[in-house]
Amino acid sequence: MALDKYQIANRIAKELKDGYYVNLGIGIPTLVANYIPAGIKVILQSENGLLGMGPFPEEGKEDADLINAGKQTITTLPGSSFFDSALSFGMIRSGKVDLTVLGAMEVSENGDIANWKIPGKMVKGMGGAMDLVASAKNIIVAMMHTNPKGESKLLPSCSLPLTGLKCVKKIVTDLAVLEITAGGFRLLERAPGVSIEEIKEKTAGKLIVEGNIPEMEV
Amino acid sequence: MGKRLKNLLAMSKIYKNAAEALNDIKDGQVLMLGGFGLCGIPENSIAALVTKGTKMLTCISNNAGVDDFGIGLMLQKKQVKKMIASYVGENAEFERQLLNGELEVELIPQGTLATRCMAAGYGMPAIYTPAGVGTEVAEGKEVRTFNGKEYLMEYAFEADYALVKAWKGDAEGNLVYKDTARNLNPLMAMAGKITIAEVEELVEAGELDPNHIHTPGIYVHRIFQGVNYEKRIEQRTVRAKEQPSTSI
Repeated sequence: MALDKYQIANRIAKELKDGYYVNLGIGIPTLVANYIPAGIKVILQSENGLLGMGPFPEEGKEDADLINAGKQTITTLPGSSFFDSALSFGMIRSGKVDLTVLGAMEVSENGDIANWKIPGKMVKGMGGAMDLVASAKNIIVAMMHTNPKGESKLLPSCSLPLTGLKCVKKIVTDLAVLEITAGGFRLLERAPGVSIEEIKEKTAGKLIVEGNIPEMEV
Repeated sequence: MGKRLKNLLAMSKIYKNAAEALNDIKDGQVLMLGGFGLCGIPENSIAALVTKGTKMLTCISNNAGVDDFGIGLMLQKKQVKKMIASYVGENAEFERQLLNGELEVELIPQGTLATRCMAAGYGMPAIYTPAGVGTEVAEGKEVRTFNGKEYLMEYAFEADYALVKAWKGDAEGNLVYKDTARNLNPLMAMAGKITIAEVEELVEAGELDPNHIHTPGIYVHRIFQGVNYEKRIEQRTVRAKEQPSTSI
């Protein structure tokens, strides 16, 4: 069965390593924070200027001066720090952030990503996405395998305006975990009960299937 | 009033209120406005601009406010000619003006926006950033390769005024920001030809610990005590009563 967004977030959380500095984008990526494995400490970076992002505040303790990049009220943790937006992107650009998780409209088989603009529709802007994808050492995309029309979001090349080139390392969808290799999308894992045939059918870009493809760990 | 005291007042950076501090801003000028979303925006300065009715403004700001708050209030009065921002969602009037061709918009990556402010404050004419390489943001821009990686050249901003909001400020113009309301404020404070800071608490020189100053007063030309801060919250999120327990 295809994963729901919580399960996608849960699977991505298994990629976290102790001591990682992590930037989580808006949407499914934000949910990853709920599934950080026990015994692992990660420090969440919010690009509006906070390292060490804590959970949402208890009701009545919201502070308008303390928000994340999604403009949600949040809290700090012991050891948190605040900084300005240039320093924030400085730590991203200089490779200090270990992992970036973000959503996408399309990913191409060479790792290009499109997630900011649909021509003909209102363009809201790229926010920090272009800075993140241009510099992050490790980028995991969290998204559905197909768009609402049922069309594949894993393509030979992106049709939408690009956010960044050759930057995605791994993709976790409702159907599969894939990594970007020189030859295309390499299938690593499939969702429980999802067949390789279904993944093949819903992947428009080049799909590499080698050996036994395990189901994602339950 | 003695001559010495008059001179002191004449030299003072302290203004009575936003109307007085922003009095000389003219139609067609370029403004920077601090804040991220509605967090740390110069509420008093925006209100004064709306009252004053200054028009044809170019506004450099991370966002464009919401329909009825922040820069959205200036959009309602059609005071903005051009908006330079990184993200402009959550604003129906903005969308209407954009689609009608009443408003010019330049969207740029957030880190590029921040660093172009920083460059201005550091006296550097331009920066090189990898953000936007290979995308439409790169169109018409100089690309240089350093250590095998491509970078875009982006110019430092030039702004007639920077309107920033701080938590505390002193008579010398030193500023301290609170939490994530810092965001672009210190960068824009450095970048304005004239920087106008509004603060929640204006104190005497000496009351702020010099070790804790975020923006040194040299960058701040005018300062005033703000009033009636609304500090609106865009996404009020509180701790969920039940944590999602779904697992694979």
